[in-house]
Amino acid sequence: MSTSEQRTADAPASARAGLGAGRPGRDVAGRAFAVLATGAGALILLTLAAVAVFLVIRAWPAMTTPADELADAISWIPEGTTLLQYIGPLVFGTLLAALLALAMAVPVAIGIALFISHYAPRRLASGLGYVVDLLAAIPSVIYGLWGGLWLAPRLEPAWHWLADNLGFIPLFAGPASTPPRVLMTVGVVLAVMILPIITAVSREVFLQTPRLHEEAALALGATRWEMIRMAVLPFGRSGVISAAMLGLGRALGETMAVLMILSPGFSYSFALLQAGEHQTIAANIANQFAEANPLGVSALIATGLALFVITLVVNMAARWVVARRKEFSGAN
Amino acid sequence: MAQRIDIKDLNVYYGSFLAVADVSMAIEPRSVTAFIGPSGCGKSTLLRTLNRMHEVVPGGRVEGTVAMDGVDLYGPDVDAVAVRRQIGMVFQRPNPFPTMSIAENVLAGVRLNNRRISKQDAADLVERSLQGANLWNEVKDRLNRPGSSLSGGQQQRLCIARAIAVKPQILLMDEPASALDPISTLAIEDLIAELRSDYTIVIVTHNMQQAARVSDRTAFFNIAGTGKPGRLIEMDDTRTIFSTPSVQATEDYISGRFG
Repeated sequence: MSTSEQRTADAPASARAGLGAGRPGRDVAGRAFAVLATGAGALILLTLAAVAVFLVIRAWPAMTTPADELADAISWIPEGTTLLQYIGPLVFGTLLAALLALAMAVPVAIGIALFISHYAPRRLASGLGYVVDLLAAIPSVIYGLWGGLWLAPRLEPAWHWLADNLGFIPLFAGPASTPPRVLMTVGVVLAVMILPIITAVSREVFLQTPRLHEEAALALGATRWEMIRMAVLPFGRSGVISAAMLGLGRALGETMAVLMILSPGFSYSFALLQAGEHQTIAANIANQFAEANPLGVSALIATGLALFVITLVVNMAARWVVARRKEFSGAN
Repeated sequence: MAQRIDIKDLNVYYGSFLAVADVSMAIEPRSVTAFIGPSGCGKSTLLRTLNRMHEVVPGGRVEGTVAMDGVDLYGPDVDAVAVRRQIGMVFQRPNPFPTMSIAENVLAGVRLNNRRISKQDAADLVERSLQGANLWNEVKDRLNRPGSSLSGGQQQRLCIARAIAVKPQILLMDEPASALDPISTLAIEDLIAELRSDYTIVIVTHNMQQAARVSDRTAFFNIAGTGKPGRLIEMDDTRTIFSTPSVQATEDYISGRFG
């Protein structure tokens, strides 16, 4: 009671004090917030730099050791293999698994997102969106168990069929391995894992299509699908690319599911149905790390550095794709 | 190219809400018909029933008939998509497709019907449509630039070019100049005067001077109050409506006493 009286009594006085000196407390709060926000922004850059520096410093011993010494010191690097020759197949396997997952997940994700945003009745759409978000919350080790124990046996007949009937395509070259601990199975599981994030982001973008553009297409006599092609997909294009890159990032770095399903191997093989041909960087690190000697750890960190560079390049490429047709994006 | 529209006993609903009640009117070919009235009187809603865009809104439906040259647009075997291909529409805010160039925007509707239009035919159609929309001279050197690079008034004329490129029977305009500056508005009005000889034009406008300038016939709509349906109060030659209307409410509205 008394404070409120005080405030009303003070008000004219502070008003008389002029415009600048009104409320010093506000100024401090504003400045503090500016510092906090700048600091948070700087922290991101610092973290990125710290990770990069850590990777380079810790990978340095392996990078500077001569090849034959490296092979002598590390049991799982074969004789006569340089560090780059060791990393190469891992990079290849990582990219192949991630791209495979992306190729399977993106069309399905766009389909689900369009169904939710433009086809489903409103009540069904919100329920479905919720379920998709729920998929994203399942830990990857669960996906690994499910993929290895439940999904893989069920995919096996399909892989045999592919190898028997489409084996002339190098990707499906037979014989399909039994059990199917192959990159194709990994690709399917990774696709399921990245499906939710791609779907969720795409759906949000599609929902933001301006009503005006949708009506412009409909008024020209477009069917619903033609309207989606004319207005929704072009508008959502850059958003879908961003979504795919988020998914690709997750697929590149996914460890547990790959580790639990894939039978590893180190070659540049496109035969997705054959076991013992591929390995990914993340799964390989997890596999070897516990029993590696100091130089071995350094070699593994060098593979990690390669993964770090890949993700940076992928993200920069995505930004370049998005920015290239900015003029036509509808953002202006 | 131009056809007549006959509306009979039309009720327009949003879900269970009756937005426009009991409208009957005839719209003559090769003329400009203006819908005027205060906000919320249902004139835009009625316009959108003429090309079945009303039903795009969830819950949107109509009772009664809208006949184009005797064919009921809401008949059981009439396809809404086919209706919209014959009845063009220009919206309140210019809405060129932002991802398409100026030329692609003009061709957008044509490509829906005919994917394999030859390059030469396409170029001719782009030129003819843009000339029809009085925009050719301003954009002929930058047909590959995005449509969104144009000014608001140019964008709206681009939308008109896009609408007439498919050679519609009827052209509907929903306050086509309300988001534009006076000079662009004048350009649109001049264009409407030229298009009148080829098309049946229906225009919704908030601007009574505009209705007086561009239209041959004027329909005045009004509502009794919030939540009540809009109704057609009277329809007559524009000159008559603006000089000697037969209903008191019309005179009150056009003389600026309400609305």
